[in-house]
Amino acid sequence: MTSPDIAIIGGGNAALCAAITAAEAGARVLILETAPKSYRGGNSRHTRNFRCMHHGPLGPLVDSYTEEEYLADLMKVTGGKTDEGLARLAIRTSEECLPWMEEHGVRFQPSLSGTLSLARTNAFFLGGGKSLVNAYYRTAEKLGVQVEYEAAVTHLELDEDRVTRIDYTQNGQTHTIAPKSVVVASGGFQADTDWLARAWGPAAKNFLIRGTPYNRGVVLADLLDQGIEQVGDPTQCHAVAIDGRAPKFDGGIVTRLDCVPFSIVVNKDAQRFYDEGEDVWPKRYAIWGRLVAAQPDQVGYVIIDAKSLELFMPSVFPPIKADTLEELADKMGLPADALVQTVSEFNDACGDTSNFHPTELDGVTTTGLTPAKTNWARPITEPPFYGYSLRTGVTFTYLGLKVDEHAQCSIGNRPVTNLWAAGETMAGSILGQGYLAGFGMTIGTVFGRIAGKEAAAHANAN
Amino acid sequence: MQMQTDFLEEARRQAEICNACRYCEGYCSVFPALHAERAFSDGDLTQLANLCHNCRGCYYACQYTAPHEFDLNLPQALANVRQDSWEELAFPRAAGKAFQKNGVLIAIAAVIGFALLFWAARALSSAGGEGFYAVLSHNAMVAIFLPAFLFPLFSIAVSLRRYWRHIGAGPFRPAHLFEAFRQAANMKDLKGGHGDGCNFEDEDRFTHARRAVHQAIMYGFLLCFASTSVATVMHYVFDMPAPYGLLSLPKLLGVSGGLLLVVGCIEMIRLKLRSDRSLGATAAFGGEVAFVGLLGFVGFSGLALYALGQTTVMPTLLAIHLGAVLAFFLLTPFTKMAHGFYRLTALTAEAGRKG
Repeated sequence: MTSPDIAIIGGGNAALCAAITAAEAGARVLILETAPKSYRGGNSRHTRNFRCMHHGPLGPLVDSYTEEEYLADLMKVTGGKTDEGLARLAIRTSEECLPWMEEHGVRFQPSLSGTLSLARTNAFFLGGGKSLVNAYYRTAEKLGVQVEYEAAVTHLELDEDRVTRIDYTQNGQTHTIAPKSVVVASGGFQADTDWLARAWGPAAKNFLIRGTPYNRGVVLADLLDQGIEQVGDPTQCHAVAIDGRAPKFDGGIVTRLDCVPFSIVVNKDAQRFYDEGEDVWPKRYAIWGRLVAAQPDQVGYVIIDAKSLELFMPSVFPPIKADTLEELADKMGLPADALVQTVSEFNDACGDTSNFHPTELDGVTTTGLTPAKTNWARPITEPPFYGYSLRTGVTFTYLGLKVDEHAQCSIGNRPVTNLWAAGETMAGSILGQGYLAGFGMTIGTVFGRIAGKEAAAHANAN
Repeated sequence: MQMQTDFLEEARRQAEICNACRYCEGYCSVFPALHAERAFSDGDLTQLANLCHNCRGCYYACQYTAPHEFDLNLPQALANVRQDSWEELAFPRAAGKAFQKNGVLIAIAAVIGFALLFWAARALSSAGGEGFYAVLSHNAMVAIFLPAFLFPLFSIAVSLRRYWRHIGAGPFRPAHLFEAFRQAANMKDLKGGHGDGCNFEDEDRFTHARRAVHQAIMYGFLLCFASTSVATVMHYVFDMPAPYGLLSLPKLLGVSGGLLLVVGCIEMIRLKLRSDRSLGATAAFGGEVAFVGLLGFVGFSGLALYALGQTTVMPTLLAIHLGAVLAFFLLTPFTKMAHGFYRLTALTAEAGRKG
């Protein structure tokens, strides 16, 4: 194969934004996507919206969402662990991205039922992230971008401050190319559970991976081993509590469970371990990922009764159902006596429930119970009883490539002249911890476009 | 009624996954209706199936299609339930079972229609009518076609009543029917929510091809139907029997309708052949194509009759055209033609649900 001007490693949102931008600047672009066509798009397949700054109504977005408010939201979730310069760049540029996305085939829809709180800040993709990915592939191919699927990059050869060669395998054959510019947009390492276990501890073997099985961090490891600057806590991942019956990989949005605030959650010994009613679920689901990870066997069990069944979004797997708590314990593999005792202690600690209100902090609390349940505390008394298991679901990892405002990577305090990074693989620069809904797609789109533009300028000049 | 439980179970499994995701909410009428439920009865699933226009937007957007273990293919799951509901609700049911999926039987029915008309032309040959009526008298035509027109209407009325009960729809309101007509008139559910059209003949590319072709067929058919209706009124009310000249209302309506019908049906078959059959009711593919073929042939034979009406082949063409029309009318409740009635009913019920 003759080497293209630009090789883009990865096939998700950031990679496609880079490819489209570079191709429009006249460069010959090759996308190396490690997944087969049916699984192309990385974690972008599972996304659903794009967080966007705007002054006045824009596309599907209502009112306005200013830079300062957006930044404040980011500061809140990251606890200040962010590069403010890059964060402001992402936020400011997001406004021009939305019309750009529409011009390149992305279609939006009004905020989904059950997500009205995001109607002002997040633009939802019609059909979700895979439809966005499909639209971008169509656009890229029309621009002459060449796409190779099941093309697994194994190594980038560095000569001081320049990438001289890319090795990849496809259909059992090894290929080598020498593009002028390289963009890395191949995500984090969360699908490599051995790496996750080395970073987090052996408990990580019991974690579920919510997204693509193809984010194994091969290119990330290869570059970090060669001394490319890194960013983000190497031991941390973003994890939430999801249905314990979800598949090991790729369960995505449908495996979420919104019922914890209306429940008690016990561990495998049928003991409660945290205040289930501390806050509304969107503000607590990430904490519960860690709480469950800290329990024996990294598993939790949600117990509710008949009166709470319809208070939350339906999930993909039906709950386990039983007429008595003993039977429920039996079906869920919990010690029955201990569960009955835990529930009865909880019920005894419940008080006046007349102010119960499912969608706001209602102050309906337990008294004299440790840990307390500080909102939505209603006794679990009304059969049939229902149970779900909970496991830790990993969304993404924080370790990544450090980039500057040009999305350029560096080595030993100087830029690598022809290497840029975009998307999840560099998001640790901005998201030091926590997560803000729809911000991953913002980072991917903004830095994908920057990387594509810079890579094309470099290729066109050389 | 006894719908196939395996189709219903599979549709239920998939609908529950869709209800936990909701990414496709903006595509069509199916998803808002689906997201309003927590559990899906057989009637709910039948209604969802008849709201689905098989535009396939949700399939190509879905992150859970095969090889993912959730193996979603909602267009197919709903197509199977829909197809099954048309068979089970048909009156008589055996006719629905026989024709819906069977293209060969549809073709045989058309040939029997030709034969019947040839026989009629010979046996009931007219005494001195003009033009077509020289071949078959007006009264003989009425004697054949009036029952062939009224029976399907009666049959469909019975089916739609069954449908309305099966899905547990609320009281009927004309305003809801009006809303359904409004949506059907511009085929809103084939626009894909964003107005770019649907996915059909080229994987995930959105085009208006299927919508345009469907409109050509629908309006072509309605123009032909209007042509016949106008002619009937002219015959009985104004005492102006056929034949009519080119600039007469029946001819203007009929020729333009016939052209739309023929072009539409040819293009529809071409689109269907290019589409991925596994996203529809695969077992019904032959029946669907045969039905579209029959409909196109009605238009084509009508145009041929007009073009060659002054020649010696006219009597033959007349028998063939009327035979095709007869088969088409009689098969209406038992072929894909029934879908229009069910869709309108489903959209009416959905308008009622939204209130």
